[in-house]
Amino acid sequence: MAYSDTEISKLEDIARDLRINTLEMINRRGAGHPGGSLSCAEIITTLYFKIMNIYPDKPEDPDRDRFILSKGHASAILYAALARRGFFAGEDLKEWGKIDCHLQGHPEKNKTPGIDMTTGILGHGVSVGAGLALSAKLDNRDYQTYVLLGDGEIQGGIVWEGALMPSRFKLNNLTLILDYNGIQLDGFVNDIMPLEPLVEKWESFNYKVIEVDGHNIEELLNAFDLAKNIHQPVMIIAYTTKGKGVSFMEDRNEWHGMPPDEQQLQSAVKELGGYKT
Amino acid sequence: MREDLGRALAEYGGRNEEVVVLDADVSSSTKTCTFAEKYPDRFFNVGIAEPGMINLAVGLAMNNKIPFVSSFASILCYRGLEQIRTCVAYNDVNVKILSSYAGVSDYKDGPTHHAIFDLAIMRAMPNMTVLNPADGVELRELLPLAAEWDGPVYMRITRADVPEVFSEGLDVKIGEGRVIEEGTDLTIIVSGIMLNRALQAQKLLAKEGVSVRVVELHTLKPLDKELIIESAEKTGAIVTVEEHTSIGGLYGAVSEALAQSIPTPVVPVGINDRYLLTAPDEESIWDYCGLRPEDILQSAENVLKRK
Repeated sequence: MAYSDTEISKLEDIARDLRINTLEMINRRGAGHPGGSLSCAEIITTLYFKIMNIYPDKPEDPDRDRFILSKGHASAILYAALARRGFFAGEDLKEWGKIDCHLQGHPEKNKTPGIDMTTGILGHGVSVGAGLALSAKLDNRDYQTYVLLGDGEIQGGIVWEGALMPSRFKLNNLTLILDYNGIQLDGFVNDIMPLEPLVEKWESFNYKVIEVDGHNIEELLNAFDLAKNIHQPVMIIAYTTKGKGVSFMEDRNEWHGMPPDEQQLQSAVKELGGYKT
Repeated sequence: MREDLGRALAEYGGRNEEVVVLDADVSSSTKTCTFAEKYPDRFFNVGIAEPGMINLAVGLAMNNKIPFVSSFASILCYRGLEQIRTCVAYNDVNVKILSSYAGVSDYKDGPTHHAIFDLAIMRAMPNMTVLNPADGVELRELLPLAAEWDGPVYMRITRADVPEVFSEGLDVKIGEGRVIEEGTDLTIIVSGIMLNRALQAQKLLAKEGVSVRVVELHTLKPLDKELIIESAEKTGAIVTVEEHTSIGGLYGAVSEALAQSIPTPVVPVGINDRYLLTAPDEESIWDYCGLRPEDILQSAENVLKRK
């Protein structure tokens, strides 16, 4: 399916807005994870504003597509996307982290409308996502399940227990996305526990691997469309930049979990060009 | 008791099509194979991957399935603990954990395969319901209730062929204990498969002229505090009996309940704070770790001195 320049440009604007929302939220709260939220802005935007069949007025609709933010620490940008899609009021974003706010530090299914799975401890998304995809098969439902993983996250063993399942249970309705920004809390993934060769790893687990520039909306849209029509589990490896869009945050591991102060926020918003829509 | 589990799963699974069963390559040991043979489309063997199995069940439960996950207690509740905490209990989904070969019932494989503080872990977990049936009859009665219970359930199942104490048609309710024998001098509270030995001790005590109330708690959480308090008021002394360490299991639960209501002497019969060893059969390891009827008798005599 071809997408018009206008459509793509609109989605790019949304991604930029979500970045600003995210940085404002993290600044206001004095806590959160800017680097890994900014790196998945286009992935979240593409899914929530184009690809996924979701119903903000019926967040529990059994036929909705499911999304698991397995890298749950990128919660801020997911909350921003859900608010913008109308799952809850945009004003709620300002309350994030307060004692009586439904928005938790990490996503919580039973508190926040639109969250399909509680995450935060890394690694669970693949096997839980396999369960969601398997139940769709058992019930003859057509929904897709998407799981967004961090790269440091896949150093953990539970990911690979889950990774074996989709092929065994013929889950062609499951799409994994790797936000491959190359940086984790303590430094470069390649220095800490390298993952390469990654394409071959997932291919050897019987996945169709699609590689994309994770900041290119058009490539992401095409990859998701392709994924729906492939009769095997899919891993989209999205090459991204940690802290993307804010030059002083890009490729810096210290921005994994550090909130920007007021001055840094202003400078970041200026560089992002302010809200677009 | 394993055969009872397989039978109960297959029977209930026939009545409720939302039931799915997952096992981690030990279905012929846990006897979930009985369900698998009858309903192969609703049985999933994930291989030797217990944490992954629990998570797969979480995904299924989030789409209104009622998944039972089955493996050995020693692996499920220790290796799978983080999944059980985060994805099952905190997430509050309908996953039912069948924790087989529990306690020291895998006597021949040794301490790596024992699960002697699983109840302490599961009891401490918000949202978890903890069941510990005493025999096959009670297990068969509890299983449908566990399936229909709203929320996560941990059920402890022994490998041992324990004698059936109960008869068919037992009236079982999750969270309600039962009085097996009435008595006035002290109460033996037992949870799980030591019921038979507790009843042997009660008979020994009766010969000595001690009148013993025997209370059985198949549910450790939610705890039947009323029955515990009533027993304390009525008899003034308690002995707890369990195939579990004396930390955080039945002894912990009973002591916690009484400390806040009617402080009463409680003496535990359970496993000391240690790992055990390999044994030739379950009877000899139960004897070795201090679960003989005579040990219960001794504890009863001790607690009576403190009344």
